[in-house]
Amino acid sequence: MSTDTTSPGGSTGDQPRIVMEDVSKKFGKNTVLDGLNFTVARGERVTLIGPSGSGKTTILRLLMTLEDLTGGYIYIDGDPLTYAKRGNRRVKLPNKEVTQIRKRIGMVFQQFNLFPNMTVCENIIEAPVHVLGQSKDEARAKAADLLDQVGLRDKIDAHPTSLSGGQQQRVAIARALAMEPEILLLDEVTSALDPELVGDVLEVLREVARKTDITMLLVTHEMQFAQDVSHRVLMFDEGRVIEEAKPEVMFNNPTHERTKQFLQAVL
Amino acid sequence: MEFDLEFALETVGPLLMAFLQVTLVVTVAGSVVAALLGLIWAVCQRELPTPVRLPLSWVLDVIRMTPLPLQLLFAVAIFISFDGYRKFPDTDVETIGMILGVAVFAIHYSTYMAESYRAGIDSIRQGQWEAATALSLPRSRVWRAVIIPQALRATLPSLGNWAIAMFKDTPFLLVILVPEMVAKAKQLGGASYQYTEVFTVAGLIFLAASYPTAVLMRKLEKKLVY
Repeated sequence: MSTDTTSPGGSTGDQPRIVMEDVSKKFGKNTVLDGLNFTVARGERVTLIGPSGSGKTTILRLLMTLEDLTGGYIYIDGDPLTYAKRGNRRVKLPNKEVTQIRKRIGMVFQQFNLFPNMTVCENIIEAPVHVLGQSKDEARAKAADLLDQVGLRDKIDAHPTSLSGGQQQRVAIARALAMEPEILLLDEVTSALDPELVGDVLEVLREVARKTDITMLLVTHEMQFAQDVSHRVLMFDEGRVIEEAKPEVMFNNPTHERTKQFLQAVL
Repeated sequence: MEFDLEFALETVGPLLMAFLQVTLVVTVAGSVVAALLGLIWAVCQRELPTPVRLPLSWVLDVIRMTPLPLQLLFAVAIFISFDGYRKFPDTDVETIGMILGVAVFAIHYSTYMAESYRAGIDSIRQGQWEAATALSLPRSRVWRAVIIPQALRATLPSLGNWAIAMFKDTPFLLVILVPEMVAKAKQLGGASYQYTEVFTVAGLIFLAASYPTAVLMRKLEKKLVY
């Protein structure tokens, strides 16, 4: 378990957790990502920053297989996620294989996306029971533990609609963690929240970062939070990484002119 | 013209009998089957590949856009035939008529219900599908546990309306000689030339049945609210 925030990953020579190879994504004629390459080590927490439309959310969505890759490959622990190389050909993998890899990845959305027809507990145990094959009792016990971690034990049988946005988002975090993912994708998880509810959610995520070695990719506008939890920050512009650095360097001493402009505008 | 109350009361019994034995049976069985079929059509239209989905949509459109009485006659022409020659000589005509009635009503209204379901399914936010994908839920489970329960909530009021519409269409069964209530009323009226009385009673029975159904639907809707 790595608890320090400086050296992610295990020993050298470890397989990277995520490899993005020559990834491109077009929506119609609009190129969002263009030949993107980067790797994320095991246990590493990486924040993606950049102006809106720069492609950072698209990266999370590609990793979660919510969007189809236009070109390139994504590898999770060395396994191809959606497309594989077969000789010279680029082959789309069948759903069954994709699901096997995707199970290692969890995501928390800007809009929470809890299932309103289920209770908090049902939301959390749905996938552990029906995807991982846990028994209901086992899954419920784990859900209770997770709700303890996010400070919502007493809401276990509540309906999501009766919760505040911040509470819903904490349930959504618990729901993602219930699948015991190796990778957690956080897509602007506080952007839809009232300002006074942001703190609780970020505190929960800081705790997750402290106590686990889950690899995290975050898109956030909370720069202080990004600086506190991430090992590395990538600055995006027009579908490319234009600067990457440790957070203290990126936020205090950026080199790229575009990064300076962007940070000045948001900080 | 006088309203013969005594005669009207006398007809309540036989009309109610016809109502319970035919009208209600066709409506209840028809709505249940239509609701199931409609859901199947709506899911198929989302899940099937285009080469299969398009022909299905055309067929459903054709059924939805042709009159119910014509479809009843068509079904009779195929399965019973009018010219004295019966294709199922061992089964009595009324039973076949009932079965055909339920089938035609169910299929006809399933095409309308499918549209209601589709609207309900379309109203579910994309985020629900995405959350289900992010949890790797199997497709069948996504439908059963996430999409259908939520869609149903939006769809139920209009399903109820279709069921009531179907109920009010049951007199069309008289074109295929199924002895439902209005046919019975016509027969009773014809025997005494007191049509006003029998049709009034028949109308009141319809009303007495529709109203509680509407109330029941509303209660059910409230139950589904979360």
